[in-house]
Amino acid sequence: MYVSVKGGEQAIDNAHQWLAESRRGDTSVPELSLAQIREQLAGSVDRVMTEASLYDVDLAALAIKQARGDLIEAIFLLRAYRTTLPRFGYSEPLDTASMRIRRRISATFKDLPGGQVLGPTFDYTHRLLDFQLAVDGKAPTAPSAREPLPTSMPRVTDMLGQQGLIEEELADDSQPVGDITREPLDFPSKRDVRLQALARADEGFLLGMAYSSQRGYGRNHPFAGEIRLGEIAIEFTPEELGFPVELGEITVTECQMVNQFTGSDAAPPQFTRGYGLGFGHCERKAISMALTDRALRSRDLGEPASAPAQDDEFMLYHCDNIQATGFVEHLKLPHYVDFQSELAMLRALRQRHGQETDKEQQP
Amino acid sequence: MTETGYNFAYLDEQTKRMIRRSLLKAVAIPGHQVPFGSREMPLPYGWGTGGIQVTAAILGADDTLKVIDQGADDTTNAVSIRKFFARTAGVATTGATDEATIIQTRHRIPETPLSESQTLVYQVPIPEPLRWMEPRESETRTMHALEEYGVMHVSLYEDVARHGQIAKTYDYPVQVADRYIMSPSPIPKFDNPKMDRCPALQLFGAGRERRLYAVPPYTTVRSLDFEDHPFHVESWDAPCALCGATDSYLDEIITDDAGSRMLVCSDTDYCSRRQTSTTRRRAAS
Repeated sequence: MYVSVKGGEQAIDNAHQWLAESRRGDTSVPELSLAQIREQLAGSVDRVMTEASLYDVDLAALAIKQARGDLIEAIFLLRAYRTTLPRFGYSEPLDTASMRIRRRISATFKDLPGGQVLGPTFDYTHRLLDFQLAVDGKAPTAPSAREPLPTSMPRVTDMLGQQGLIEEELADDSQPVGDITREPLDFPSKRDVRLQALARADEGFLLGMAYSSQRGYGRNHPFAGEIRLGEIAIEFTPEELGFPVELGEITVTECQMVNQFTGSDAAPPQFTRGYGLGFGHCERKAISMALTDRALRSRDLGEPASAPAQDDEFMLYHCDNIQATGFVEHLKLPHYVDFQSELAMLRALRQRHGQETDKEQQP
Repeated sequence: MTETGYNFAYLDEQTKRMIRRSLLKAVAIPGHQVPFGSREMPLPYGWGTGGIQVTAAILGADDTLKVIDQGADDTTNAVSIRKFFARTAGVATTGATDEATIIQTRHRIPETPLSESQTLVYQVPIPEPLRWMEPRESETRTMHALEEYGVMHVSLYEDVARHGQIAKTYDYPVQVADRYIMSPSPIPKFDNPKMDRCPALQLFGAGRERRLYAVPPYTTVRSLDFEDHPFHVESWDAPCALCGATDSYLDEIITDDAGSRMLVCSDTDYCSRRQTSTTRRRAAS
């Protein structure tokens, strides 16, 4: 006697317990602490914070642990937590010129005020597995500079701006800043909304789209004017005080791209900009973001826009990995009702096809 | 066991207010998709976040909630969503269609007729019925505004030209109150007639796509068709193998390696009640 299938609560609970057990792995191996993840897996922590749009290294470490290192799952955990947080206001705009620099490089000028500061980087390392790392727990130390960096490092784009060579970037403070977490997207999209979407976009998606723009699908002649990494103060103006107070410091990576110039009858030719910013140390993300930001500005700048990277509806609707993974993975849910309708239709069509074929064969 | 540390039904009251405002607009313009500030839920996008947010916004402490997925109350996702509301709102839950005040559904309308005191909340993956002909939201919104529905009729006609009949089987497009063309969500077309002039309020939530829409009670919902190719629903040449129903939507179950099949009701509540009443009738006779 057939009894209908039941996805009983017990089975679901058991499945989740099994997941918890496998997350812990071999219990003879010491358990990971959040501090270990926070201190030694900074690349993962930074990516999770950036794509979850929530700056909290400890919560990001917890999410990574809970997700068994599956970063999209970790981002999902942190995003869902973020939704529940009360919002008490907006900080003052970050002044990245006053960043405490750890790394600052420019690909457009060989030397510049403040100099090229390499900081910590994978660049120019040889990607050879370090077997020493597998056996001993040595703690390498790096030499310190003889003198501290200047407190203010002018931005390359500002220097170009002084000469009028690059388009001015002016915030329109008369308009409230859009908020993609509170408002549905509206098209044609505005740049504030686009930058928000790109900042939390999936790094892999953004990397691929940025790469496509370099390979002719919406080319925009990019130069990395400047990439800087460091700590920056977050300031907030409470209504009760009327002046900004410092809430704390966060680490950010900023990329300012200098792109092809255009001119018109009204304006002389100028370089254009692409902008990228992310939490922690995330150069790949910041550069990809700057390239795609510039690609998405094509239409505003009167350029032909036919490539995927230049199409704001395509980009903004598909760059969010939490939306994407949810919908892609929902195919695991039962679809037998819809499949049943398709089966019935297919059988009817096949029957019809057979009858028609029979008719044709009659003399 | 109600979860502490979260507001009733998970969402904060401001968010619920925002959703209710959008729902009011949706009810006022039947079938029109209203953009809303969909929140990120602790369940994945595409797994019912739109329906969950609508349910959370309309749920009260006295409500009785039923959650179905493909007609069944105990498929994994229905269990998970029901548990979510049991945990965050502590409301009564039920499997019985006539005992529920709110029914959240994925891909089915219950066989048991609904009443004025009930609300049916649909989970919607793709709210835009014109999406497959025109992927751009900016275009489709204009098409709806101008009631420019030619592409939809052309698409149905292409089916007729290719297959001799309209080949859409689920998510079969409807026109609501003679105005907006609407996606009924991926319910089988078998369920479309149940939407027409239904006494219950029908609310549709698409979380990932950030759209809400509604069909108020007793509103006309017409499945698109042609005079010479009228709309018709699926039928089976056998009754339900478990309860003998001939008026319900049947699912095929493969019962052995040789591909033997049996047909059973997809609506598990309807089926089990018919079975108990048959048993009772037999016992009485």
